[in-house]
Amino acid sequence: MFGLNLDACIIDVPEKYYSVQDYEKGVARWCPGCGDHSVLSAVKRLCKEEQLIPEKTVFVSGIGCSSRFPHYMNTYGFHGLHGRAFPVASGVKFRRPDLNVFVVTGDGDCCSIGAGHWIHAIRYNINLTVLLFDNQIYGMTKKQTSPTSPMGTISNTHPEGSVLPPINPLQTTLGVSNVSFVAQTADWVPSHLYSTIKKAYEHQGFSFVKILMRCPKFMPDIAKEKVSDKDMVRLLTHENGIPLGAEAKRFTHIVEHDPSNMDHARELAASPEISYLGLFYQNKDALRYDLYGAHNINYTPEQKITAINQAMERYVI
Amino acid sequence: MENDSHVKTAPQQGTVKRKQLRQHIVEIISDSGEGAQKAGQSFGAVCAKMGNGVWTVEIIPADIQPPPRTKESASGIRIRIGSERITNAGDEADLVVAFNEIAPYSRIDQDAFKPGTIMLIEDYWAGHDSSEIRENYARAMEDFEKRGYVVHQIPMEKECLKLVPDAKKGKNMWVLGMLCFIYNRDLRFAQAQVKQAFRKKSRAVVDVNLQLLQAGYEWAVENLDLRYDIPSIETQQELVVMNGNEALGFGVLAAGIEVCSMYPITPATSASHHLAETIEKAGGLVHQAEDEIAAIGFAVGSSYAGKTAVTITSGPGIALKTEFIGLAVMAEVPLVIINVQRGGPSTGLPTKVEQGDLLALLYGQPGDTPKIVMAPSTIEECFHFVVLARQIAEAFRIPVVLLTDANLATGVQPFPRPELKKEWLSPPIDQSPWTEDLQPYAWDKETGLSKRPIPGQAGGMFTLTGLAHTEDGKVSYSPDQNQRGVAMRSRKLATFGKTLKPPQVNGDPSGDLLVIGWGSTRGAIEEAVASAREEGAKVSSLHLRFVSPFEPGLKEIFSQFKQVVAVEINYSDDPDDPMITPENRRYSQLAWVLRAQTLVDIDSFSNVHGQPLRPGHIFNMIKSRLQL
Ligand SMILES: Cc1ncc(C[n+]2csc(CCOP(=O)(O)OP(=O)(O)O)c2C)c(N)n1
Ligand SMILES: [Mg+2]
Repeated sequence: MFGLNLDACIIDVPEKYYSVQDYEKGVARWCPGCGDHSVLSAVKRLCKEEQLIPEKTVFVSGIGCSSRFPHYMNTYGFHGLHGRAFPVASGVKFRRPDLNVFVVTGDGDCCSIGAGHWIHAIRYNINLTVLLFDNQIYGMTKKQTSPTSPMGTISNTHPEGSVLPPINPLQTTLGVSNVSFVAQTADWVPSHLYSTIKKAYEHQGFSFVKILMRCPKFMPDIAKEKVSDKDMVRLLTHENGIPLGAEAKRFTHIVEHDPSNMDHARELAASPEISYLGLFYQNKDALRYDLYGAHNINYTPEQKITAINQAMERYVI
Repeated sequence: MENDSHVKTAPQQGTVKRKQLRQHIVEIISDSGEGAQKAGQSFGAVCAKMGNGVWTVEIIPADIQPPPRTKESASGIRIRIGSERITNAGDEADLVVAFNEIAPYSRIDQDAFKPGTIMLIEDYWAGHDSSEIRENYARAMEDFEKRGYVVHQIPMEKECLKLVPDAKKGKNMWVLGMLCFIYNRDLRFAQAQVKQAFRKKSRAVVDVNLQLLQAGYEWAVENLDLRYDIPSIETQQELVVMNGNEALGFGVLAAGIEVCSMYPITPATSASHHLAETIEKAGGLVHQAEDEIAAIGFAVGSSYAGKTAVTITSGPGIALKTEFIGLAVMAEVPLVIINVQRGGPSTGLPTKVEQGDLLALLYGQPGDTPKIVMAPSTIEECFHFVVLARQIAEAFRIPVVLLTDANLATGVQPFPRPELKKEWLSPPIDQSPWTEDLQPYAWDKETGLSKRPIPGQAGGMFTLTGLAHTEDGKVSYSPDQNQRGVAMRSRKLATFGKTLKPPQVNGDPSGDLLVIGWGSTRGAIEEAVASAREEGAKVSSLHLRFVSPFEPGLKEIFSQFKQVVAVEINYSDDPDDPMITPENRRYSQLAWVLRAQTLVDIDSFSNVHGQPLRPGHIFNMIKSRLQL
């Protein structure tokens, strides 16, 4: 392969080279202009760049438009229950350190019905790459208020405008003990989107990426505003942050932020109007529950039987 | 067995005439912290060693630290021993050892004694400094006599103080010695138990407890004329003694299940406690999830990734797991679900027994959710059924539910030590390349069975979904495809049912009355049936180990009896109650299902007292039905 003489080669050469098409399955059925398409492209590119082995890769999702994602990847997938992607993904990864596990979740899926699991998944810090598709609305069930909908959002459940301030997923995540990776990007800045997902994938731990999503169908105005207003969306930069690509010149504000600085990260996250894109926080040393989970895999039958018999001794009369 | 020089051998009792018993029920009750349970467990172990049948069950206060000398603080143990195998806690106690006069009242509330029950009670309170206590004690003695108990006041405190400065620590071993004399137990076995019980303590502690044991025995020789014997044949077989939750834990280990994902809930939690002590050394883990939904979700994730997991819970937890159970059925994920049932509905009776979740497990999920439901009926089955459950779950690509209950969870019974087999352990995850062109749900037209791709298998990639799907795993809402998918998942139950044999009738295969049960009530039912048959009743019983699907041949078996009654611990309307007619009467849960399945007019005998069913009550029911 690739003109190499395999017999003479001492390094481990992968048997197969995967192209983007190898990760493709079916035709995505999201609306035209939906941000989900961009993330799908970015993720397929990541798979190709990282040469992820399709059978060793699992996409776990909940329920929602965004959670249809696994159906469009030619890897293993688990399209489970509304709000429950985190427990499933954690269970998949716990005894299978050999699998690359991604979680795709929506703002309702993660921040409403699945909020309890979300908090604990952050704390478990299992090596999962988490993509929160935040379109600030319930898409699948046709325009109900989401916990991330800005106050006053007109929806089918709040025709006069939603009445509560939204939850701030970045602030929430940054507030949980043992948090290890928090980033934000947007579907309309493809190279930043890609670089952020790549950084998240490389992080060994629970990497949480909130993706600002356009929903042209149900939230057309918000999407337009964010895409066009140069003051509302700003880029973060740092040598340890997300590398900036060609798109950087489209941004008027580029803010220096050290991702090891939790206080500053929280300050930026708390900003009510402005959305910062970039790496808010990273701690490579946070304790990982999946390392505990995998510490005793592959015991031989003999080892197991000996241990059980030893325990049973105590019950012998 | 070694015979330490400082322990005097037991006085020879060969000449004393002893009353021969077939079985006896002993209770030891005290304030919590006085060691009644340790004494009772040791006594049970001694009896088991001598070859007797034994069933013990602990009497546990509801609160963590109730005030002493109150009914709430009564703590203790019931030990039922017999010449033959003992399968249940039985009826009223025959002999009670009480460390104070208040504790017995908590048992009187439970109807645990009868006229004639022998009561050996600590007399220390008769001479207590407080006049209030003295008077209370005197009043209780009078009341006990009135109730027909045969009371013996025993100077436990006084005798123990001869050996230890604090009688609270030691009275229990003195009592064990006394019981060993009363029941003609081999003191060497008791000495071994004392050494075992205090093995982590210093030599001095062991010695003083051996002295207390000896002293209790000798005091009884001199002062008591209660002399029984419960003949037995000493067994050479190695026995283990444990409760149902411990047996479940060992079952999980022996099945090679590497992930137990749970959230604490009484009375299921202790199964995970025992498991947690060992599972890491056996190459597995207990995951304590953030709630029951996460617990089963995590288990489903693990199973999907090739490590079939178990989740252990009780009623309220099952309610939360409902949606995931449906997903596991729909997506055909093997899974073991253990429900240690407690009283319901809602938070109900957390520590008490009920068999009230049968219908919830059979039908509690939206849509059609065929799954396999098994019900162990002995402690030993709690062990073996887990091993079986994992194998069935994987072979049939289906969740398997085990229904045990608080009675099995806490009941302790000896059984032959299982010889662990490699074949019981889960095989390594299949990572061989997937058969080309084989679809992820290639349902066999006859059986509904299909082979499952596991992440890591090259070429097997598919997206599991809870949405309606076709053989290729793709979402489809087509009318025919959905009909077919549901039918295929249902077919697996029929296929599994074909592997089962008709259940064995206990007693004659025909007669006037057939008593049907499931789960923990087996011992009580069979004992009641045996007693009734001794009195000439034409009664038999049938115990179901599988409740979904049923074992075959039930209708044929029922047809051989004039009456069939389901005996279970869940609610049924009393036919004589106001408003209740034969048409609107709500039957007990197994009866409902069997009536629907067989069109046989099966009656219900059930209650929700939160107590194990007593053989005596079932016996009376049989007699009254047969007008004996
Ligand atoms: C238990 C349960 N409750 C409700 C639903 C209905 N439901 C499906 S998707 C959804 C909201 C999805 O919103 P979000 O997570 O933001 O995803 P999006 O469609 O916007 O990508 C709801 C309420 C469900 N499937 N399951
Ligand atoms: Mg949404």
